[in-house]
Amino acid sequence: MGAARVLYAAVLIVVGLVVQVSVLARLGLPGAVPDLLLLVVVGMAMTYGPTAGCAIGFAAGLCADLAPPADHAAGRYAFVLCVAGYIAGLFATRNRQSVITPILVVVLLAALTTALYAGVGALVGDTAARDVGLSSLLITSVIYDALLAPFVVPLVMAGARRTDPQPLLPL
Amino acid sequence: MKDSRRGRMVLVLLLAISFALITVDIHGGRNSPISHVRDWASAVFGPAERATASAVDPVGRAIDAVRDAGNHEDEKKRLQEENARLRQELQNVELDKNRVADLDRLLKVASAGQYKIEPARVVAVGPAQGFSWTVTIDAGSRDGIKPDMTVINGEGLVGRVTSVGPMTATVLLATDPGFSVGSRMAASMEIGITTGQGDRPMRLQLLNAQAQVKTGDRLVTFGSQGGRPFVPGVPVGTVTEIRSTPGALTRTVEVKPFVKFTSLDNVGVVIEPPRSDPRDAVLPAAADQPPAAPAAPAAPAPPAAPAAAVPPATPPPTATGKSSANGRPTKTPTGRD
Repeated sequence: MGAARVLYAAVLIVVGLVVQVSVLARLGLPGAVPDLLLLVVVGMAMTYGPTAGCAIGFAAGLCADLAPPADHAAGRYAFVLCVAGYIAGLFATRNRQSVITPILVVVLLAALTTALYAGVGALVGDTAARDVGLSSLLITSVIYDALLAPFVVPLVMAGARRTDPQPLLPL
Repeated sequence: MKDSRRGRMVLVLLLAISFALITVDIHGGRNSPISHVRDWASAVFGPAERATASAVDPVGRAIDAVRDAGNHEDEKKRLQEENARLRQELQNVELDKNRVADLDRLLKVASAGQYKIEPARVVAVGPAQGFSWTVTIDAGSRDGIKPDMTVINGEGLVGRVTSVGPMTATVLLATDPGFSVGSRMAASMEIGITTGQGDRPMRLQLLNAQAQVKTGDRLVTFGSQGGRPFVPGVPVGTVTEIRSTPGALTRTVEVKPFVKFTSLDNVGVVIEPPRSDPRDAVLPAAADQPPAAPAAPAAPAPPAAPAAAVPPATPPPTATGKSSANGRPTKTPTGRD
């Protein structure tokens, strides 16, 4: 436990966020933008378990809420990624697992986060999601994230294991 | 081990904190304590985003060049057609131009409508699944940018500045569903409110339900008090579709923005509003420059073009790099030659 794990998470969150807004978003892909931050959170949560997963998700979401060019109410991504981190953490195991499980988790969570983000927005009175095609965003975000996942999630998980050899011990 | 009681408690606690943050931020508006944190975050992440953007730009341009190679043939054909069309238009425009020149002198437009512009580049784009159309630009409070300034490019209205860090600023694009701007039809002077609709065309609600509108009519901004958030006279878009809703108090019209938001690169922030409303004097820049058009096929650098068009000033006194340049929109047709 401890400082190494926190430092690893912080570095990955900052790098993931900057790459997402400055590189992936500027590619101009049709539909959604590949959610690198989600992949980073999933990778770490699937190594460290649900408790650390939701804390890391919360921190990552808060950064995405506050860093430019975010302009929505702070806390929306924090809420969504907190849930995502927790759910991904439930799939954490002591043993090495195949690459398929993380990808399936990413597919599930890509759809869930997009829908949940729109849902939280609707709760607080932001109806923008209604004006744009939610379904196409759901589909494209699932596709992009699933394509990116095999390259990112195993790397993040391997790094997480190396940083903390006994990841599933309580924080 | 996996789903512990403690884990669930942490989850519930963090979710409650998230909701508290959302509530505080929404109710506090601009003065919420979160906005200070946001400024701080923008001071930290802004420079990182700038650096990353400038590091990956050469790679991106190389990929663009390869990707666009196939389109060059189509592009050439399209430009030739456009050229022919513009030549034809030029002859019709000649007469109008003389009349416009007379009116110009009459109104002394030379002194009317000067935007002072701070040039900037887009360094980060908000994700589409965030349902807000925002970008980060590489100019901030150090360059004189303040919240609620109008952002334009060579084609027209881009958006307005929402929050400002020392080196970067966040721009709410005109396509954001939360974006509204008071607009005026250039031809009929009718006013209305244009609202963004995400990826779909913008929507204009004309206050006068009986207003005469036709497809192709053009819109400029109406302007706000003190030029913030909107300076007057910035081209917004053209009318593409008119929806008749009998009995409605307002008239709804679909508007295609002049600006291509998917390929946004160079923009200008209006840091000083024009001394007087330039009306639609800025509009002809789009259609009224046939002399410059024949040169277009020879310039295969589209990203650079908007930058050159933003400040079309004939004598830029010290305009180099990021120093502000005086745009003189009314001189555009002659100034380009």
